[in-house]
Amino acid sequence: MRKIIFIALILCVSLLIISPSSFALDVKRKMLENGLTLMIVERHNLPVVKVSVGISAGSLYEPETKAGLADLVANMLNEGTKNRTAQQISGEIEFVGGSVGASGGEDYITVSLSVLKKDLNLGFDLLSDIILNPVFPEDELKKKIERTKAGLIAQEEDPGFIASRDFKKAIFGSHPYGRLAAGSAQTLDHITRDDLISFHSGYYAPNNAVMAVVGDVTPEEAEAMINKYFAQWKNRKIAPPSLQSIVMQTEQKIITVDKDLTQATIILGHLGVSRDNPDYYVLSVMNYILGGGGFGSRLMQNIREDKGLVYDIHSFFEPDKYSGSFQVGLQTKNESANTAIEEVLREIEKIRKEPVSDMELSDAQSFLTGSFPMKIETSSRIAGFLVAVEYYGLGLDYIDNYPNFINSVTKEEVLRVANKYLHPDNYTLVVVAKEKEAAVKKRFDK
Amino acid sequence: MKKIIITTLLLLSFYGNAHSAAEELRDDNSAGVHEEVLQNGLKVFAIKDPNAPLAVFQIWYDAGSINEQVGKTGLSHLLEHMMFKGTPKYGAKVFSKIIQRAGGVDNAGTSKDFVYYYQKLAPDRLHLSIELEADRMRNLIMEPEEFLSERDVVMEERRMRYDDDPQNLVYEEVLSAAFKNHPYRWPVIGWMEDLKTVTRDDLWAYYKTRYSPNNAFIIVAGNIDVVSILEKIRKEFGSITRGTEIPAMNINEPEQRGERRVYVKKEAELPYVMSAYKTPNILNDDSYALDVLAGVLSGGKSARIYRSLIDEQRIALSAGAGYSNLDKFPFLFYLYGTALPGKKIEDVENALYAEVGKIKEAPPTELEIMKAKNQIESDFIMNQDSIFYQAMILAEFEMLGDWRLKDRYIEGIRKVSPEDVQRVAKKYIVEDQRTVGILIPVKREVKNEN
Repeated sequence: MRKIIFIALILCVSLLIISPSSFALDVKRKMLENGLTLMIVERHNLPVVKVSVGISAGSLYEPETKAGLADLVANMLNEGTKNRTAQQISGEIEFVGGSVGASGGEDYITVSLSVLKKDLNLGFDLLSDIILNPVFPEDELKKKIERTKAGLIAQEEDPGFIASRDFKKAIFGSHPYGRLAAGSAQTLDHITRDDLISFHSGYYAPNNAVMAVVGDVTPEEAEAMINKYFAQWKNRKIAPPSLQSIVMQTEQKIITVDKDLTQATIILGHLGVSRDNPDYYVLSVMNYILGGGGFGSRLMQNIREDKGLVYDIHSFFEPDKYSGSFQVGLQTKNESANTAIEEVLREIEKIRKEPVSDMELSDAQSFLTGSFPMKIETSSRIAGFLVAVEYYGLGLDYIDNYPNFINSVTKEEVLRVANKYLHPDNYTLVVVAKEKEAAVKKRFDK
Repeated sequence: MKKIIITTLLLLSFYGNAHSAAEELRDDNSAGVHEEVLQNGLKVFAIKDPNAPLAVFQIWYDAGSINEQVGKTGLSHLLEHMMFKGTPKYGAKVFSKIIQRAGGVDNAGTSKDFVYYYQKLAPDRLHLSIELEADRMRNLIMEPEEFLSERDVVMEERRMRYDDDPQNLVYEEVLSAAFKNHPYRWPVIGWMEDLKTVTRDDLWAYYKTRYSPNNAFIIVAGNIDVVSILEKIRKEFGSITRGTEIPAMNINEPEQRGERRVYVKKEAELPYVMSAYKTPNILNDDSYALDVLAGVLSGGKSARIYRSLIDEQRIALSAGAGYSNLDKFPFLFYLYGTALPGKKIEDVENALYAEVGKIKEAPPTELEIMKAKNQIESDFIMNQDSIFYQAMILAEFEMLGDWRLKDRYIEGIRKVSPEDVQRVAKKYIVEDQRTVGILIPVKREVKNEN
């Protein structure tokens, strides 16, 4: 009896889903004379403006011996300019309840501004000042390096951090993706103020950047701000990064880290795909079914709901510009580490061997298309989203095409990509746990 | 920085993707809130926001960890997990799947004072929320086997959030030392010892007592058709019978006479200190000045604690102040810090006290006060971009007695003077009223095959 009601309910939900979903973002996009790509979205619901500037100046562009340089440059932008000291910058922006600053990354770094509309002038003044005129004062740099090193030590308390760091190192080797964007104590000691200055002058150029302005501002106002504050930002020739190739592993690699913990933190995975891989959308559907779909996923159903072994378990493809990773992550009490790992491998094997069900496929498609508006719910999210769309060359029509990409995926394609991109024999397994209790096997056989 | 402490109080069931919603922020504009009370006592609030691309449904129950008993801690949160296990009408474990299939997300959270459930959906699919939530208010299955399995899941959650997180262990110890009588002394997730012995029948009795229309309220927000949504809510929830009235709690904490100090020894890298002071909640006018005090001490890199401990003295990796003002009963104001490698945690602790000491000697400048107020107001405006947050803040004030209290908040903040800030620092941030927790990192030989 229950089943009938259940099916009736699904039918009625499916009908709803046919109704056209509209993500409609009215984006004004243009390339300025200096090469800066500008995107503007007007939203007048609140007197607030959010700006995101993505600059191709992530850790991909730094030498291995100076790992951490790209992050340092980004984090030092608001620590002193030709016109202002670090204290003046934080004092001015915090006084109006706004924020301005940058965060590092592998592919690109992001400079962000958040201000009330009435403080737009001040905001753009500060934003342009930190992007164009940073001076990287020696004493501020010293402090920043000291804190970065301390932060690296503090993170050793976090088993998730350790697992993720060791996993990336194992699969990417000496490629920049294989190391921490923050660098290490050793590499940070090799970085000088001159390194920061030359890195900044080498990569912080408008033709190497994307700017998204979202909020209570018209395109005319936004452009006027940019003309006023970014007029001296001149384009220049950018040297492409010289990167070594990334090679897929051909055997099981098991790494264990012994710590006095009650739980084992586990990452299992291998190389994935880059963001421009045409199979990316089929992979998102496949991964939703495997371990990306929260309670809808097989890993969650099996390992949390049926067996009670974990609080959280998930899988994802993390796509970057030049490659990416596939990871399954979970935490379980030390004693159940082996069981949980075996179940993960069983699920990976299963999705490679048997087609997913019609309902799994349609559930995944409904969620991925229907939940899209949540990605662009607030002005900050829209700004960050637009920078990524532009950086990875997805095209603004990607927003309109997305439902079609997802809805055209078939069961056969899901099976094909599972076979092609999941490797239950050749993977890296990292387990951070109390080793005596976890007793991780030396090898896992199918 | 304030956010970090406060979020540890709120346990979300699944991934914690709504954590930021727990921060404190208030509205000074009540326009557009429709309120109605059904015959069975269920209150309903609707907020129309035509700019929102989504709708949110939240249902709040007066059923947080303060309603638990000694020996049965963690019940409220465990019940929150069980609420996703199904009803006879829809079957087992399908709640989240139905919502996801409709392109929505759902989650829930438990705090000391309350539990809440929510879904974010396209506005034309809110009827699903209403049907599912009405059904599970009274008709949960709660199979004994499911209960045992979910209890294991919660134990894993506890291991992850507390047992393997040194700073959270300090927080837990500080709370249980600061409060002797008040149920705020036990963690929302419960003690592991209690989780091992809690039974399905404990949970069932708690569910039957507290999950009733007159012990709950609903908020719907977003680009919704208010009239039809309210009609649907009346239809689905209206027939549920009123539960037994639960008398309001009257709990008082005995006076503290002297500092309390606790230590946690645990494998860790850097020592950490948390110093907590009992302070009133927002129902007391001193609350506004305490909020501004937290801003003066810790509102960014230009605020006193960052500038002194991190930038000038270079003794702390991170440090700050926080104030939790939206709890049902008076709770805590905190100072906290992590020492830089090689620096002494005593120096960090004393430097935090020195910053409060300076304010006791001379009131903060007008400029500092203005900055703290601007930050509070600007945060308030910016947070309105999320309808989820709009609903959240209304609910938190409603839990305190009346959602309209939120309208007085910004007004109260605007009135704070430098002297007020000095006065509350002198009154509350005092040695005899504090509970200090210190993390002592213990190192052991580890084998690393990497």
